[in-house]
Amino acid sequence: MATPTLLQGEQTARRTTVFMKILMASTGALFVFYVLMHMYGNLKIFFGYQAFDEYAEHLREMLTPILPHTGFLWLFRVLLILSLFVHAYAAFTLWSRANGARPQRYAVKSAAKGAARSKMMRWGGVALLAFLVFHLVQFTIAKVNFNGNFTAAQLGDSTGKLVIASFQLWWVVLIYVVAMVALGMHLFHGVWSGAQTLGLTDSAASRRLAHATAHVVAGVVVIGFLLPPLAILFGLVK
Amino acid sequence: MSETIPTPGTPLAADAAASVDGGLVHGLYRDGDKIADTAAPAGPIDKKWTTRKFEAHLVNPANRRKLSVIIVGTGLAGGAAAATLGEAGYHVKSFCYQDSPRRAHSIAAQGGINAAKNYKEDGDSTHRLFYDTVKGGDYRSRETNVYRLAEVSANIIDQCVAQGVPFAREYGGLLDNRSFGGVQVSRTFYARGQTGQQLLIGAYQALERQVAAGTVTSYTRHEMLELVVVDGRARGIIARDMVTGEIQTHLADVVVLATGGYGNVFFLSTNAMGSNVTAGWRAHRKGAYFGNPCYTQIHPTCIPVSGDHQSKLTLMSESLRNDGRIWVPKRREDCEKDPRDIPEEDRDYYLERIYPSFGNLVPRDIASRQAKNVCDEGRGVGPKVGDFRRGVYLDFTDALKRMSAEAVGEKYGNLLDMYHRITGDNPYEVPMRIYPAVHYTMGGLWVDYDLQSNVPGLFVTGEANFSDHGANRLGASALMQGLADGYFVLPNTIRDYLSHAPYPAVSEDHPAVVEARDAVQRRVDTLLSINGERTVDSFHKELGHIMWEYCGMERSEEGLRKGIDLIRSLRAEFWRNVRVLGAADTLNQSLEKAGRVADFLELGELMCIDALHRRESCGGHFRAESQTEDGEALRHDDGYLYVAAWEFGGSPDGGDTGIPILHKEDLVYQAIELKQRSYK
Amino acid sequence: MNLTLNIWRQDGPEAPGRMVTYQLADVSGDMSFLEMLDVLNESLITKGEEPIAFDSDCREGICGMCGLMISGNAHGPVTTTTCQLHMREFHDGDSITIEPWRADAFPMIKDLVVDRSSFDRIIQAGGFISANTGSAPEAHSVPVEKRKADRAFEAAACIGCGACVAACPNASAMLFMGAKVTHLGELPQGQPERYARVVKMVAQHDHEGFGGCTNTGACADACPKEIPLDVINTLNRDLRGALGRGR
Ligand SMILES: Cc1cc2nc3c(=O)[nH]c(=O)nc-3n(C[C@H](O)[C@H](O)[C@H](O)COP(=O)(O)OP(=O)(O)OC[C@H]3O[C@@H](n4cnc5c(N)ncnc54)[C@H](O)[C@@H]3O)c2cc1C
Ligand code: HEM
Ligand code: SF4
Ligand code: FES
Repeated sequence: MATPTLLQGEQTARRTTVFMKILMASTGALFVFYVLMHMYGNLKIFFGYQAFDEYAEHLREMLTPILPHTGFLWLFRVLLILSLFVHAYAAFTLWSRANGARPQRYAVKSAAKGAARSKMMRWGGVALLAFLVFHLVQFTIAKVNFNGNFTAAQLGDSTGKLVIASFQLWWVVLIYVVAMVALGMHLFHGVWSGAQTLGLTDSAASRRLAHATAHVVAGVVVIGFLLPPLAILFGLVK
Repeated sequence: MSETIPTPGTPLAADAAASVDGGLVHGLYRDGDKIADTAAPAGPIDKKWTTRKFEAHLVNPANRRKLSVIIVGTGLAGGAAAATLGEAGYHVKSFCYQDSPRRAHSIAAQGGINAAKNYKEDGDSTHRLFYDTVKGGDYRSRETNVYRLAEVSANIIDQCVAQGVPFAREYGGLLDNRSFGGVQVSRTFYARGQTGQQLLIGAYQALERQVAAGTVTSYTRHEMLELVVVDGRARGIIARDMVTGEIQTHLADVVVLATGGYGNVFFLSTNAMGSNVTAGWRAHRKGAYFGNPCYTQIHPTCIPVSGDHQSKLTLMSESLRNDGRIWVPKRREDCEKDPRDIPEEDRDYYLERIYPSFGNLVPRDIASRQAKNVCDEGRGVGPKVGDFRRGVYLDFTDALKRMSAEAVGEKYGNLLDMYHRITGDNPYEVPMRIYPAVHYTMGGLWVDYDLQSNVPGLFVTGEANFSDHGANRLGASALMQGLADGYFVLPNTIRDYLSHAPYPAVSEDHPAVVEARDAVQRRVDTLLSINGERTVDSFHKELGHIMWEYCGMERSEEGLRKGIDLIRSLRAEFWRNVRVLGAADTLNQSLEKAGRVADFLELGELMCIDALHRRESCGGHFRAESQTEDGEALRHDDGYLYVAAWEFGGSPDGGDTGIPILHKEDLVYQAIELKQRSYK
Repeated sequence: MNLTLNIWRQDGPEAPGRMVTYQLADVSGDMSFLEMLDVLNESLITKGEEPIAFDSDCREGICGMCGLMISGNAHGPVTTTTCQLHMREFHDGDSITIEPWRADAFPMIKDLVVDRSSFDRIIQAGGFISANTGSAPEAHSVPVEKRKADRAFEAAACIGCGACVAACPNASAMLFMGAKVTHLGELPQGQPERYARVVKMVAQHDHEGFGGCTNTGACADACPKEIPLDVINTLNRDLRGALGRGR
């Protein structure tokens, strides 16, 4: 890959690895925003499945009548999907670049903490992607119900009811626990990293703030997302 | 810096003592014709440079691309010149032996760079900087060159700031500067303890910019091994690509050597591992005169040798002497004791005792020599290396009591930490140990006012030439010289030479070129084929030992003669018994070292001869035969007010060095009055 | 002390490499790491074996020529250059693995020596302020805020050793590059070329085959000059600035 020549002519920022990182950080920021909203919405389950369903319906009504019913939701979904592609594409490109950048490995593994971090981000990201597919199929696309105690008729088209039914199963909850820990770890590094990539960590104070935010966001997301499933599993929400 | 008393005018026995026998002086060299610098224009000293710049012919910008310049060396002197000539549009080839131009040894300079800016309004001026530099050099430098150096010094700071060199600044945002090396004005600009690094990176970036622009081609890991002289003019070099081993021919209209100092002839010095004399020495063998080879600066505050494994010495800024007190035990028996157990009355603060008015702040040469004296008396401290302990205490105990550990740390923290890291001793708890070390070589190839050697078309700049520092260099003036030469002087004077170009085209199979290339190939082959018993380093160490013993801080005729004999037999053994393994066509660090040591073995002898012929004590050079009643250095202006420019006496590619020929350039002081230094 | 040394030997760029084990006795704690290797080399030559090639020049921690991966740590276990690392950091009986910097953009030359000319090309691409000799205004005509001057200085301390690349899991040179972008970008003199500089340097960095940064911080941990990680932030910010200016 190495080419011992000096590039000639004008270069553009849009073709650099740093630009890719900026794309990742901006899409990541969008995800963080979305995930926080999502988590907030999930907490409605504590007020019963009706509250949850009302909230979901409210999302579909957003910005009407400027947009048609579910218009905003669809726009947002498209944006998220596009972002996901961009985010994952950039991640895989940088990953393969990194492999090419050190064809001959060290005999003694680097003692630096860095290696573990980037492994965590990459494999964690792949795990998230897998989970995302599972999650979307389960609750959005196919609305699969794994719980034999509930019939389709009982659930109707209430997502709230489906959620409650699903999380009464220990293994579904387990998948979510694993996935949310992965998400937490991803954000633990990702939020700080994204802030640095966007050039927001200029001073010692802003660096501390970015680290602190990363830790808080990671913690809030993990706890916030896991509260409903665990509450349901242990019968606190029915 | 010192009180001065007029020259005592002691009658001199020197020339009478020089025995001339069969044309041989002292049995060692021949006297040649006197020489003089003819390049400096007439007129008052402060108008000479303006006149010279005006009189130097111009080169049409359209022609510059067709004119080629080889610059060997990418330190301050070479890097700055390559960048500037590239900007002007010449076709420049730049060489260095490191893997990047940024690593030239200029990078190691810590203290600072002088410039007559007079920002502190403390009475500084071009004339005062000029005066201090000539006086610091003990009146053995060429007045005209030094004046010009002082004159362009202010431009250097402007240039470096424009390039982004991050000099220390005051809160108001303006440049800070300090007084350095005992001078009474604040004219030293600095970037913490990394001035050399920052200046060099500035020059390096300017150089790389020209590489990108296509005006400069950079040859890194290339070592110049021969000068090509065609019809009396320097026309190129033979270099070895240190990665592939290829012997390459590079031809040009003019050749510049900016190859730094040769302190490594002493093996242990503060120079870089690769610092060498090869480029200069090969040019010397091809006819270039070597000026004042014996002038070496020995710096008093270095970390002492800790054992036979030692590969180099590390300098610590002399600012440490401002607050540290230097002492050794009064009695030899105490030398092994923990210094903290030696009571005050058993300590000898010898500098304070001998020089009550200057104390620990005497100039470098005096501090160094006295340290050697006390160690020679057997009162040195630290581990024994050979038969002696070579170290004296530099004690911060009083300063720590007076100023608190924080205040000391604030001022000297990084130096004390460096000491701690290298020696494992904590200077906040035990006194440091220091010892003098070879630091700088004032000698070098002889050049005129244009920085041109006596071989037309061969220019020499920076530490590699002899011109500006006389017998002793003032602190913070080598960086100044390197950049003055590189940015401002050479580009103007070389222009005059190039205005007469292009010189007749030379092809790679011109006999002189082939000859030079073959000579290099033969040398490489010979070194690889001797296959003797001893490693290159073992020869280098032995040579260093001889040089330090007999041509170091204190020299005597007897010692120097012994040194010459030892060097000659060591050189003979080298060519019989050195072992260089590996092949010629790969990276071969033993081979590189062997070539350098071979040249040091020849240079060392010339240094001893030069030191022997100069029967006076001046600058850092103490001649045992020339001292006052109380043992201080005695200079002899009536006998030695000249530059000794040595011509190579052997055949250029023969194995022996022949009989060197001495050409004297009389030093004429018109703008300055000669004085004798005194620090008592 | 007595040591076991596992050292990477490779005759040339294309030759196959291998780890070779050497025993070295009587190593003194006062030796520097490279002096320890000097001693080993002297004994190899005496035995008729070719000495181990490794780079060094100033041996006082400032030229950036030296650099070895010592048992998985760039420049060894303490924050300093290889030449300033002393053997007192090790213990009798230790086994030490010595490898060259490994990165596609630092091609192998021989044994422990690699080619770092990619760093020079990154500087060629834009790591300078264009100020021809003779064109400079009086130095005091542009005061520089002390805070900025200090930050520029801190970043300018980089010695170009490549330890950041060697330690980075992505073999990225962002710390090296960030140091230069920060040094020049903090100064008023560096403003006119600020955005063009960062784009050109990063483009050259990518072209050389260095990896992209993932902000792991391994570089700053390995850096002997303690260049802080926030220089990468500055680089990112300036690149974003360049985007905003249509570059
Ligand atoms: C530790 C230390 C501290 C110092 N502190 C100060 C200070 O505070 N202030 C001050 O003014 N001065 C100081 N000096 C002195 C000053 O740094 C040097 O005199 C000056 O930098 C020399 O610059 P130069 O350009 O002449 O040579 P160098 O910077 O030594 O450059 C020599 C160049 O020549 C090249 N070269 C040499 N031989 C060959 C060859 N055969 N083939 C190809 N290339 C070759 C090298 O690769 C290198 O690029 C210090 C010196 C030392 C050692
Ligand atoms: C809800 C889903 C996701 C969120 C909230 C998210 C968030 C983030 C954030 C904020 C960053 C920081 C960007 C930067 O370093 O500049 C990031 C980086 C990254 N993300 Fe994601 N991401 C998500 C999904 C994924 C997925 C599905 C993958 C799998 C391909 C992935 C892989 C990565 C990788 C490899 C990085 C680079 C990490 C680094 O800088 O070291 N992410 N992510
Ligand atoms: S940033 Fe640090 S580790 Fe990287 S090259 Fe510069 S000094 Fe070396
Ligand atoms: S040899 Fe110069 S930094 Fe180590």
